[in-house]
Formats: sequence, structure tokens, C-alpha cells
Amino acid sequence: MSEILFIFDDNNYKGQSGEPMAAALLRSGLLTITNSTYHGRPRGVVGLGVEEPNALVQLVSGTQESMRPATVIELAEGLNARSLTGIGALPELPDAARYDKTNRYVDVLVIGAGIAGLKAAAEALKAGHEVLLTDDQPGPGGHLRHLGEALPSVLQDVLTHKNLTYVPRCTATGLYDQNYIVAVERRSDHLGDAAPANRARIRVWHIRAGKVVLAPGAFQRPLIFANNDRAGIMLSHAASTYVALYGVTFFKRAFVVTVDNQGYRDALRLHQAGVQVESIYDVRQDAQGASVDAAKAAGIPIHLHTTVLDTVANAEGALQSIILQDLNTDEIIEAAADLLAVSGGWTPIVDLATHIGIKPKWSAEHAAFLVNHNTDQLQTAGMLAGDFGGDDDPAIFFGPALDDEQAHNAYIDLQRDATLHELRRAVGAGLHSIEHIKRYTTIGTAHDQGKTSGMLTIGALCQLNATAQDGNSVLSPAEVGTLSFRPPYVPVPFAALAGRERGPLSDPIRITPIHQWHVEAGAVFEDVGQWKRPWYFPKPEESMEDAVRRECVAAREGVAVMDASTLGKIDIQGPDAGVFLDRIYTNMFSTLPVGQCRYGLMCKADGIAFDDGVTTRLGKNHYLMTTTTGGAAGVLAWLEEWLQTEWPELKVYCTSVTEHVSTIALVGPKSRQLLQELVKDIDLSKEEFPFMHSRMATIDGTTVRIARISFSGELAFEINVDWSHALATWERLWALGRPYDLAAYGTETMHVLRAEKGYVIMGQDTDGTQTPHDLNMSWIVSKKKEFIGKRSLQLPYLQQAGRPQLVGLLPELGNEVLPEGAYITALDVKPDGQGKTSHTGFVTSSYYSPTLGRSFALALIANGLNRMGELVAVPIGKKLLQATICDAVFIDKENLRRD
Amino acid sequence: MLYIPCPHCGLRNETEFHYGAEAGVAYPDPNALTDSDWAKYLHIRANPKGWLAERWVHFAGCGRWFNLWRNTVTHEIGPAYLPFTEQPKSPANGQEGLKA
Repeated sequence: MSEILFIFDDNNYKGQSGEPMAAALLRSGLLTITNSTYHGRPRGVVGLGVEEPNALVQLVSGTQESMRPATVIELAEGLNARSLTGIGALPELPDAARYDKTNRYVDVLVIGAGIAGLKAAAEALKAGHEVLLTDDQPGPGGHLRHLGEALPSVLQDVLTHKNLTYVPRCTATGLYDQNYIVAVERRSDHLGDAAPANRARIRVWHIRAGKVVLAPGAFQRPLIFANNDRAGIMLSHAASTYVALYGVTFFKRAFVVTVDNQGYRDALRLHQAGVQVESIYDVRQDAQGASVDAAKAAGIPIHLHTTVLDTVANAEGALQSIILQDLNTDEIIEAAADLLAVSGGWTPIVDLATHIGIKPKWSAEHAAFLVNHNTDQLQTAGMLAGDFGGDDDPAIFFGPALDDEQAHNAYIDLQRDATLHELRRAVGAGLHSIEHIKRYTTIGTAHDQGKTSGMLTIGALCQLNATAQDGNSVLSPAEVGTLSFRPPYVPVPFAALAGRERGPLSDPIRITPIHQWHVEAGAVFEDVGQWKRPWYFPKPEESMEDAVRRECVAAREGVAVMDASTLGKIDIQGPDAGVFLDRIYTNMFSTLPVGQCRYGLMCKADGIAFDDGVTTRLGKNHYLMTTTTGGAAGVLAWLEEWLQTEWPELKVYCTSVTEHVSTIALVGPKSRQLLQELVKDIDLSKEEFPFMHSRMATIDGTTVRIARISFSGELAFEINVDWSHALATWERLWALGRPYDLAAYGTETMHVLRAEKGYVIMGQDTDGTQTPHDLNMSWIVSKKKEFIGKRSLQLPYLQQAGRPQLVGLLPELGNEVLPEGAYITALDVKPDGQGKTSHTGFVTSSYYSPTLGRSFALALIANGLNRMGELVAVPIGKKLLQATICDAVFIDKENLRRD
Repeated sequence: MLYIPCPHCGLRNETEFHYGAEAGVAYPDPNALTDSDWAKYLHIRANPKGWLAERWVHFAGCGRWFNLWRNTVTHEIGPAYLPFTEQPKSPANGQEGLKA
């Protein structure tokens, strides 16, 4: 240890490196650290660790993390922090620190490096196991550290065993099914300015252990009395540790109130460290044991069957005197004090055990909820299992009887400023379940998640619930029940959970082989799933609107090219491939001749359409299915599910080839002429190469497959080329296309072109409740064969009138593009008393069409196919737009353009 | 996080799997069922409190579907088995699962 300087609330303080910040602040005489969140009351340090409810600070140095307890911050050169009134603030700058994750599979994980944890580790090592030992403290020893005592040498040997990995500053935050544990290791804050720049600040451990030993120890708990929140009132173990171990000399006149022998041990420590311990007030009628004898021998006055009732503050709001009550005579005594050390018993840390559903059991002997579990997979040890070590003999006592006025200032949850008064009000309102009361009073919902307040609440309810129910005597905590604890055990920064998966690494990015060309051409991209797709290709100074209109005109009047490589592609092979596709698609594929393509639609078993695309028969036993860009993985999973779990007799194999084959769509009246310049070995004329046919061809010596598929209604060719040759093919087309004014277009133009033809996009023009009939696609539903979903189409509720159906919509004002998602209402419906009208549908796709010279839309409208020509209303803000229902095909109903 | 024994790949974390509801519900002859029975096939699955044989797919591993006994209350994992093979006895009848 060395002396360092640190800053708190803009003042300089001295401290020893590595000691808790709270210790240094107390040693400097800073008793009041902050004001409470809601009541603004002066508050000081209460505890020793993560249970601290008051002394939360915001780091100003480093990552500027907020809500860190000053009791767990280790002093280091460069530390700067400021006080908080319970509410932290996010730093304005991005967190530049590194965060890492690691995965471990171990035989035995021991959580807690106190004596019980070390003993358990020693046993596991002896049995030949590999052991991982985690502990949230900077060093091993558990409470021995607080006592300043060294580890017994036999336990020292455990730490150096070759089969043991000991990780300090590593808090197990969650225990999950089958011994999966998440632990959070803080690796650099304690080094301050000396931390290596490349070290991860926090490392999240994902551990799967054959066996878990829980040895987390316990928190000391406070008592409920009036004005129990003043600076100078501390847990006795914390107070004695700050004084005896960290040399806090501030306190002159101390009192100890206790329900167990721990109070005596702490009184003795305070006494031996030179603090004037005026008296021990013990609620018990009788006190026995070595700790009691030792305190007596030291000459500390002891008052039995007495406890603290209230306190009085000085001008600064800190403790000035305490008001005690003799429980035999009800006599009230007032005494001046600057330290009130409270020992309300121990609360073992049951959190992790309850994460996996274990119910703690009340032990009256320990005045605590314990978890005694011992299986091959999970074992509890130490205080959690009831091994309190000393001669504690605690009374079950949570505080004296208080009147209404006293209850107003008797704090149960210091962070929430929730008092006994609020607890009484909750019970008075008829609540008795502790879970309901927690939500009503907010007790246990703050940063510390009830680490000290939870057990006090249970204790108070023992009285309150009994009175509310039948006026009977006090309930046992077992009857009140425990709170559920959920992970994480301590707050975990989101940055730690994200690890390196931030920014560009937060999700994989998929790009096509032509991506770099798009970037250089100035494309604006949109995300489609993980894919980056060109949205539109603006020329310099060109707006999106103008670019899309120019691209549309090129496709309809000249020639345009689009990178369609992201289309999902599934290669389907096997003698039963045709039979299989007949069952998957609503229409027939077994009869499709080799070398031809067919559009197909697939439904789930409930008759709802979910994906579509063109499938080409490449050979007798060989099909290539295309799916929507976003649906590819789901469709492959769907095919596999049926093949594996229902039709294992079918000889079919499915393979994703999305990233093997790149697809370039060449669209427009001049597309044939342009492509024929590049393709010399086949005749592209409509006679030799009809619509929906597929041909192998050669481009620059590379074999490609060209298909006459059109998603725009125009004459169009899809060039399918090996992924690695796609950029070369694209660049050749681009060079040859210059005399044709070839335009590259993106997904926006693709959407306009397809919508003009009424081509549906699954997931945009559907909401997961449309049958093929609802989409006006009855023509694709085979009556001759069985397919998935066919039976459902006969169900009455899928046939009933009034279902939303896909139709076209022409806004009354041709320059008004309706917002997608806009509600559609009937025109003649008057608003009800609340000014509402019932909706009759919504806009699914909406664009401006340069070809039509006006806006248009697709919409799902109730019974829409039977409402052609009807005027409907589209309320947008305060405007009521009007539109006419029409056929969804807006151009070339006769399909003349595609040839 | 469940630890699931894939019959092909061994014990793997739950995040590698997708859930497929109750196992052993065969695809019926759709035309042999009344509307009501067909709707039951579509929408009704057992969801007991306790042991249930379930379908899972190891999508991030071998991609294969299999069946697995799992306790829906304690999250204990029982034996896994392949589709179209004999179902092992329910762990409720004395067979031990992997305890939590």
C-alpha cells in the first residue's frame, strides 16, 4: 500500500491505494456523503460492501460509471468521483474502455473465497477436480479480510494449487439452469492511472460447472427504529472494521445496539481500537458466550432487554444522541453519541440459490433464511448453510414498537426512502403478499435490490400481517415468506454485457460481391435483415425522390440493372424433390419441365401464406428455389423440419446457396439488346427464349444461368453467376450499357416497379394473417393435390366474409403519397362519442409512380376485393384524405411488356 | 441457460437450439379430420406442469431435429432421442434426468 491522492466532490483526499474509498472518506471525517433521493436527508456510509444503500457515487475519472458504492471502490491514483443523490447520470462521451467475455467449463465452481469457500475448494482439489474460485473482494479470506487476519496456511496452499484458478474482483451475478453461471470480473478500475491501456475493464465470465459450491457469506442487517438513517448510524461490523482496520478515528462516543453476540465482538473491536464504547444495548433478556464475556472483561457496560427507539440529529443532520428504551420498564434514556453501531443479525446471501428456484428455509435458531443444499451438482456452504461460526445466539427482533409519528421516519429501504409508515399503509390497503408490498412501497427495488431492506420488510410484516389478519400474535418469517431475487446480483454495466459486440460488431453485416461498386457509385444503403442493400443511387445533388423517379423511368423505358444477390437461394436435389415441392408450395412443381421457372407460394399448416419466390427446375431431380431476402433461413428451416420429422422417406437434400450464386437483374425494354451484346452463345429472342425459361450461357468464358424472370413486369433477365465472378459481370454490363444510358437501381425503385404490377412482398403487404385467397391469388392454389395448409383453407374462419384482402388504392390527390401503415376508415362513418371511427384496413405499400404520373398504394382492406371503386378515408393527423379502392395491378394488366 | 444433449453433437448451450413444442404429434391425414379436430391439431399442444417430451432442433450445430424429455417446472433435462425411434420412459417414472 502507498499513499495516494484522490478527488471527491472536487476536494482532495488522501488514502491508501487499494483501500475502500468509504474508509478514506470516513478517516477524513466526511460523515455525511450525500442527501437521500426523495426526502433529502443527510446520509453516510452504512455498510462494508455491495449492500451499501447510501454512499453511491459517480465516477468522474475513467469510464464515468455511475451508482458505484464507495464501499467497493478501491482507491487508486487518478480516482475522481462525486456524490449522487440516488440517481446516476450517463456520461456524455462514448465509453472507450474495452470489455471482454470468456467461456469456461470446469469441474467445480466455488463462489466465495471465504473460509467456507476455500475449504470446499480444498476438498474438490483433493478429489482431483479442476476448480474455479471466484470472489467479489480484492483478496481471499472473506470476513478474515475485514478482521485483518491472515488465512490459515492450509488454506493459503489451496490458492496456489495447480488445479485451481482464483479470480478476485469477480462477482457471480446469476445462477441459471444446469449450473450455468455468469460472473463479472472488474479488471482495471482498481489500478487507476496505472491500468494497462489494452486491458479489458470488465470481463464477463460464462461458466458451465459440473458442480457449484455457493459460499457467498452474509450481510449484517440493521434495525427499524425512528430516525435510523442518520449519518453515524452504521452496521456494527462495518463500523468496527472502518475503525479497527482502516484507522478511522472520527468517532468519540459509540453505542452498540444488538440482537446477537456479533454486537459484542464489534463493541470489543471498537473499544480495543480506542473508541469510547459507552454501552452495549442488547434486546435479549440474557446473553451468554465468549464474546459476551470478553466485552464484560473489557469493562464495556451492558444493558439487557433494551434497544434503541429514536435518534436526534445535530445541526449538520448527523447523529447527536440516541433515545433508548428499557423493554422491561419502558423507561426512556437519552444519551449523546456520534456512532451507533447496529447489529440486527445476519442475512445470508440467498440470491444465487433463489435464481434457480430454491426456496430458502427460515431458521429460528439463526434468525435467518438459510439454504441447505447438498447434491452432486449444487452445494451450499458457510453462513448460507447455517454455519455462523461464532456463538451468535440471535434474537428474532427487527425493531421496537413505534407510534405513527415514529414510523414516518423509521426507514426500511434507505435508497428508496421507504419507511415503516409506508409498509403499514400497504398492509392497511389490504396487501399482505410480500411481492405485492414490494411493488406498492418500492422497498427492495433500488440499486441494492433489498440487500439490507428485504429481511427488515419480512420482519415488520410478521407483526403487521398478523395484526391485519386476525389480531393474533406475531407471525414467523417463514409464514411471511421470502422475496424472489432475480439476476443480476449486483448491477452490471450494459457495456460489459455487450463486450466487443458494439458498433459495427453488434451484428454481422452481409454484403454482396458487388457491394464495393455500389459504395463507389454513391449508393444509399438500407438494411434488409443483416444485408446491406443499395436503396437508391443518387447522382450528385439529386434527391431520393428524383433518383427513384429516374431509376423507374430507366427500367420502364430504357434499361436498368439491380443487384439481387441477396435473394435467398436453396438448392434442392433428390429423386423426390418434385413430390416434396408439391407438398410445400400451393401450386404444382413436379410437372414443371426442366429448364423452366415457376412462381410459388407457400403456406404454414394454418393456411397462412408466409413466403414466395421463383423456383427453377435445373434437372430431373434438381430444383433451385428462391425465397425472399429476409425469409431464406426460415424457409430452409421449414423445409428441413418437414423432411426430418414428417417425411423421412422422401429422398431430398436442401442446401443454402444464397452466397454461392449472385443474381443480377437486367430490366427494361432495351435489356435484351444490351445483354445480347454480352451473351453470344444463346439467342435471347422471345421465340427462342420464352418468359419463365432458364438457359445456361457463357459470359466472358464463365458459365452463367440466365432466367427470364421479371419482378417489374418489364422485359427482364436474371443473370445468375458464380459469387466470385459477379463483380466482373456487373462491370462488363455497366461498360456495355453506357450507350443505352444503363441505370443502376436499388430496392426503392424495385418496390415501386413491383407494386405497380401488384406483386406482393411477404411481410410488407401481409401481416401474418393472409391466406392466398386474401391476397387475390386463388389462381395459385391447386385443387388437384395436397399441400401444407390446404386443409386449413377450408376452415370457416378463413373463408368468412369481411377478411382483409389485398387491393390497390388510388389517393384522390395524385401528388399525395399515403404513409405506409396508415389506417383506412369507411368514408361515411361518423366518429363515436370519443371521436373515434372504426378502421376498415391499412396501407401496406405506397409510392409515387412516374409511369402513372401519380401516387398509388396497396392496402389490406376488409372485404376489399368486393369493394372496387369505393371511396375510403385515410385520416392523417388532422387531415382526412380520400382514396379509391381499385385493382392491385396498376400497369400492363395484359402482361404485354414482359416479352 | 439449459444444457441440452444433442444426440449428434453432445451437450451444448440452449442458445444453439430452437424449440419445437410437444414431440410425437404426427401430421394427420388432413382430409380424414373434422374442422374441429384439424383445428386441434393446428393449435393445441400439451403443456403440462412437469415432464414433457419436446421437439428441439440444433440449428446452430448439426441442424438436426430430435426429441427431448424436459421438466417444465424444474427445467431438469431428461434423455434425448431421435425422431422415429422408441421414446424412452418419462423420467417421472423413476428415470433420472440431469438435475439443475
